[in-house]
Amino acid sequence: MKTNIIKNILFISALAFLFSCGQAGDRGGNGALSSNIAEKVYVAPGERDEQYAFLSGGYSGNLTVYGLPSGRLFKEIPVFSQFPTSGYGYSEETKPMLNTSFGFIPWDDLHHPDISQTNGELDGRWIFANGNNTPRIARISLTTFETEEIIEVPNSAGNHSSSFITENTEYVVAGTRFSVPVPQKDMPISEYKANFKGALTFIAVDQEHGHMDIKFQLLMPGFNYDLSHPGRGKSHGWFFFSTYNTEEANSLLEVNASQNDKDFIAAINWKKIEEYVNNGGGTKMPAKFAHNVYDESTHTATSTMKNEVLTVNPVDVPGAIYFLPTPKSPHGCDVDPNGEYIIGSGKLSANITVHSFDKMLAAIDAEKFDGDAYGIPILNYDDVLAGSVQSGGLGPLHTEFDGKGNAYTTFFISSEVVKWKLGTWEVVDRKPTYYSVGHLMIPGGNSRKPHGKYLVAMNKITKDRYLPTGPEMEHSAQIYDISGEKMELLYDFPTHGEPHYAAGCDAELLVNNSKKIYRIDENNHPYAIKSPAEARVERDGKEVHIYMSTIRSHFTPDNIEGIKVGDKVYFHITNHEQDFDVPHGFSMIGQRTSEILVMPGQTKTSLWEPERVGVWPFYCTDFCSALHQEMQGYIRVSPANSNIELSYTLDGDDI
Amino acid sequence: MKDKILNSLTLLVLSALIWSCTPQKEGDSSSEASTGTDSHPMGQASVVDDVSDPNILQVAISSEPHSTLVAAVQAAQIEHVLVNAGPLTVFAPVNEAFDALPEGTLDNLLKPENKGDLATIITRHAAPGSFDLNALKREAEKGRKIYMATGDYLEVTVDGDNVSIGGAKIVGTVAASNGIIHVIEKVILP
Repeated sequence: MKTNIIKNILFISALAFLFSCGQAGDRGGNGALSSNIAEKVYVAPGERDEQYAFLSGGYSGNLTVYGLPSGRLFKEIPVFSQFPTSGYGYSEETKPMLNTSFGFIPWDDLHHPDISQTNGELDGRWIFANGNNTPRIARISLTTFETEEIIEVPNSAGNHSSSFITENTEYVVAGTRFSVPVPQKDMPISEYKANFKGALTFIAVDQEHGHMDIKFQLLMPGFNYDLSHPGRGKSHGWFFFSTYNTEEANSLLEVNASQNDKDFIAAINWKKIEEYVNNGGGTKMPAKFAHNVYDESTHTATSTMKNEVLTVNPVDVPGAIYFLPTPKSPHGCDVDPNGEYIIGSGKLSANITVHSFDKMLAAIDAEKFDGDAYGIPILNYDDVLAGSVQSGGLGPLHTEFDGKGNAYTTFFISSEVVKWKLGTWEVVDRKPTYYSVGHLMIPGGNSRKPHGKYLVAMNKITKDRYLPTGPEMEHSAQIYDISGEKMELLYDFPTHGEPHYAAGCDAELLVNNSKKIYRIDENNHPYAIKSPAEARVERDGKEVHIYMSTIRSHFTPDNIEGIKVGDKVYFHITNHEQDFDVPHGFSMIGQRTSEILVMPGQTKTSLWEPERVGVWPFYCTDFCSALHQEMQGYIRVSPANSNIELSYTLDGDDI
Repeated sequence: MKDKILNSLTLLVLSALIWSCTPQKEGDSSSEASTGTDSHPMGQASVVDDVSDPNILQVAISSEPHSTLVAAVQAAQIEHVLVNAGPLTVFAPVNEAFDALPEGTLDNLLKPENKGDLATIITRHAAPGSFDLNALKREAEKGRKIYMATGDYLEVTVDGDNVSIGGAKIVGTVAASNGIIHVIEKVILP
């Protein structure tokens, strides 16, 4: 007791000291209170954030939606991973979304979200993201915030220089990190060199529905293709990929892929290749890959296996592909809003290399080459170099832009963000990050029109930033105010999974398009019922289809008998609510799957294969209403040879 | 106990310190922040949503024969109840039903000091749960009473095609996104 009193007194004194010093001593004050930093991120209850931020969830396979500047988490969108919170990847309708040529895969590693663009500006229609491990590209609707499409990328492995889009969303581009035998075959690993290929895949996007289709694959030399960005403005029509391991090592890459002083940025004139392909160029080769599309009208995904892809050999399209020597295993490959500067961040370098698009064109025109690599011309480093930022940092990774002539580059090893001026290459400001920053994101920062008020740095190491939670800490994100000459660290918040890259935009771009409900009269699900009166149970051999309705606060029917051990029972749940933010859930005891969460007007299906005789309850998993606890039902399961008739009731009455 | 007192003291001292040291920003943003908490005085009723089906409050507001009921709901400041997830079944007296009350009753109830009594009277017209006309008939048939939000139980009676609740005849039914509205021709008094 006494120690408590003393502790309290000590605590008060310490705080008194802290607070009294805030203003009196130091007028310039660094504390949050004296400089009002807290107010800059404070979004009062009931108020809304200025911007959306979509952070990749990395190995969670999902995409998380945050508000800026508050750092509040709004939603986790399942993309490449099963997600019991909504039943994504568990419901019969969404299982096909995770189908691949390898079969059903419940997981992937989501890296680089990118919002669709029109004329180089964010248009807020869709957001694309790549699955790194089993190469896939996903398209997520920014009206429903649901994953609508996933296309597998064949001949690729470690789908890392993805999913970046051209400035009218003509293409979403996916480049392989690991080169592999194309087509795959049984061969010695040691024969990698000159035999493996690096596929750069251009996926055409249908402008009306966003549907994706592989237009062509460029089969490049067997380097590692790391990151990429499109040209914009005057460089629209080109795409730039950073490469490392031009040594073509197949083991101990940390040493063997660091031998060359310079690797390359590959400059690809995709318009030229598109023209070549449109005129019948390229070679069709067999390749198995899944294309999964979710139809909002039927609330159902279908998976189609494709068997062929169009490939292009780089040497067959002269004048379309060049290599720009870039020092020290470049990682980030970023293009400034005007499309002139191509920034390569050599991750083992202290400096940032900036190439000039105009100089590149001039050197190509003058045919000034420094040899070739597998027939692809290499330009002279000095001919294409615009400048080099003597950063003073270590380990530059990624660069974004504020649209006011400044660039911001993250440095992993020296844990900092460095602000520098395009054109003069002078460093204007640097601020530490906590710790070991990877990507950074300025909303619109990789478009022609950055919305640059905030910068979000995504750190790989958290250590002591938050209360400890065991050996693994969630990664941290930090918000900087970049509206002034100097950056100002405002706020520090945990993220979920590993936020590799992120995309962000002004709230106005999306708020008015966000869907509130699905119209029940537009529900074309084959097992939908338009009203609770249509609820029924039908048996077809061992398959039982339950057409069930939910509306506050009951299931129709809620008593079902005549189910037998060994049946396959499909619960087709239609949520008849037509009220925003009123989903119902469904779960059944002993069911070997997750619950499903059914949105207003939607139909979802959950499979149950009863194994034990008995009377088994099910219930609504979402606290839907004041009578949520009453929202339940029973199913009687009889032995397989039982002759109990199928029956279904509500309140003791037939439906 | 002593510990608790001390803790409270600590909190008090701390709060005093924090407030005394918080710098006042020009333009006095602190008052702005404090109004943030009551920026939605009607609660959920302030939510703008013209996509979902209309809720009970929205249906009532758009119904001219219920202007007195709506005025009473507003005077009692219980709008947020009628937009809640509920579900609710509201028995909504038409304007004439209020007119039929003894002279001065309504005017008296609408006075600010009688807000509580007014709220009780209106709440007596709302039942947790979603009872459409068939459900009400079923309640009558099975001899179950309807539990009202005030705790009262009201009886449903069926006479031919006519269904009444607490003695008030139902003359129309409208489905709402968060429940059901039955139009009744008199105010249900205790």
